[in-house]
Amino acid sequence: MGNLSVRNLEAWYGAQKALLGITAEIPEKQVTAIIGPSGCGKSTFIRCLNRMHDTLPGAKVSGDILLDGKSIYDQHPVFLRKTVGMVFQKPNPFPSMSIYENVVAGLRLNGERRKAKLRAAAEKSLRMAALWDEVHDRLNYSGVSLSGGQQQRLCIARALAVEPSVLLMDEPASALDPIATQRIEELVTALKKTYTIVIVTHNMQQAARIADFTAFFLNGELVEFGPTSEIFTKPKDKRTEDYITGRFG
Amino acid sequence: MKKKRPRASWGDRILRSASGLTAVLVVGIMIWLGWEMFVSSRQSLHQFGWAFLGGRVWDPVHRIFGALPFIYGTLVTSIVALVIAGPIGLGVAIFLSEMAPATVRSVVGFLVELLAAIPSVVLGLWGIFVLAPFLGKVVEPWLGRRLGFIPLFHGAPVGVDLLNGGLILAIMILPTIASISREVMTAVPTVQREAALALGATKWEMIRIGVLAYAKSGIIGSVILGLGRALGETMAVTMVIGNMPNISPSLFSTAYSMAAVIANEFTEATYGLYLSALMEVGLILFAITLLLNIFARLLVWSVARGPKGGHLV
Repeated sequence: MGNLSVRNLEAWYGAQKALLGITAEIPEKQVTAIIGPSGCGKSTFIRCLNRMHDTLPGAKVSGDILLDGKSIYDQHPVFLRKTVGMVFQKPNPFPSMSIYENVVAGLRLNGERRKAKLRAAAEKSLRMAALWDEVHDRLNYSGVSLSGGQQQRLCIARALAVEPSVLLMDEPASALDPIATQRIEELVTALKKTYTIVIVTHNMQQAARIADFTAFFLNGELVEFGPTSEIFTKPKDKRTEDYITGRFG
Repeated sequence: MKKKRPRASWGDRILRSASGLTAVLVVGIMIWLGWEMFVSSRQSLHQFGWAFLGGRVWDPVHRIFGALPFIYGTLVTSIVALVIAGPIGLGVAIFLSEMAPATVRSVVGFLVELLAAIPSVVLGLWGIFVLAPFLGKVVEPWLGRRLGFIPLFHGAPVGVDLLNGGLILAIMILPTIASISREVMTAVPTVQREAALALGATKWEMIRIGVLAYAKSGIIGSVILGLGRALGETMAVTMVIGNMPNISPSLFSTAYSMAAVIANEFTEATYGLYLSALMEVGLILFAITLLLNIFARLLVWSVARGPKGGHLV
């Protein structure tokens, strides 16, 4: 579960075209990294995968994305987003909610009211996000009382609690210090046993460390997509080589 | 050798004393005002004591004064105004900040703020000549037939009453509530909305957990500001409330408000105790406004605190 198949995906912001026909197969239960310079469309791409792009005024999409063989455009985005979770660049816990309430927010939206179920789900998600040991005795504290790295792991726990099959991460460590970044990276590696992970990163070393597959975007185009080891050691495209050797970007 | 002060520090000193002076001035005027009202109302305070607060009779001919009808009129019209303008204002704010396309947003937003620019005496005129007949002939008879069993809607409909006063006030405070709530909602970071959407929230759920929860202290603040305006409003209310010192549970009853009685009667206050009683009404209005603001601060503070260790803007 969690295999994504992107077919000739094009995306616009108003009149400006941001993605020029992307076709890619994102394998299930693997980490796929999206790399490329600023403005290359990598964030736009990942935001198409849970139809978050559609929520912007003037935004438009064409082409198709299949999740386990079914088009994501055939279901309401509200349901799609329960299967395709997302973690954002800046940690964004709900400040009016406690740590516990943040984690179960998605389940409550789904109508789950049973205390025992919510408790169990909260503990499970926090353990998966490697945050349980740090917060188990202060679950009723505000979500924003945590450090930046903890907040980001809280947001990951919040996304995991709804039990998606795909987890999208839009530069999840870019606002964090190196130690917090390392913890997120370890977490990503642990989570791929259960989830398909698509992670946008501007940090090529990070992609090399954690990703099984890497996609290189440039000017709205998917230049190259393949196993990470191949992209970084013997890229087929000259532009990929220039980018990963640091000649631009 | 003494070092020469750099010239820039003079500028800073002047700024500090000037700005400090203005701050002291504001507080000073406040205290002076309160003190003067206290002094001027001493005769009445001495004569009636606490009974003034609970006194239902206002009879200048027999030199008996009680403020309860005015306190009642002010509070009831303000509460009616809040009950009507609060939900509507919040609805307008949600529509403008979360639903409306950009063009509608700016046009409607401007019109709502324009509502605040209508002079209260004009609203009062409208209240007398348009709203009062409409209430007296259509709305109130209908309410009386359907809900007459509730004391609130009991009695003969005239149109010049507590309900009219409350409605006029609702129109006056609606722009305050709507535009400030809209401001605080617009200021909610997009990532909060996206966090909710990414969890599979519908539009309404996104507004509830992503926007309203984040902005609640500001929204409460806007309602309190509106209430403050309603409590002190004089002209529009005195034109439509009937100016009779009654205390009746019915919204169809004529009444009087604190601000209105002061404005209407200070020229007729021919002897010291009368004037002093009016001053004391002013003092009570001042105190109520002050207490309400303190209460509002506490409310905002306790709401804004949220869960332990947290903070809201």
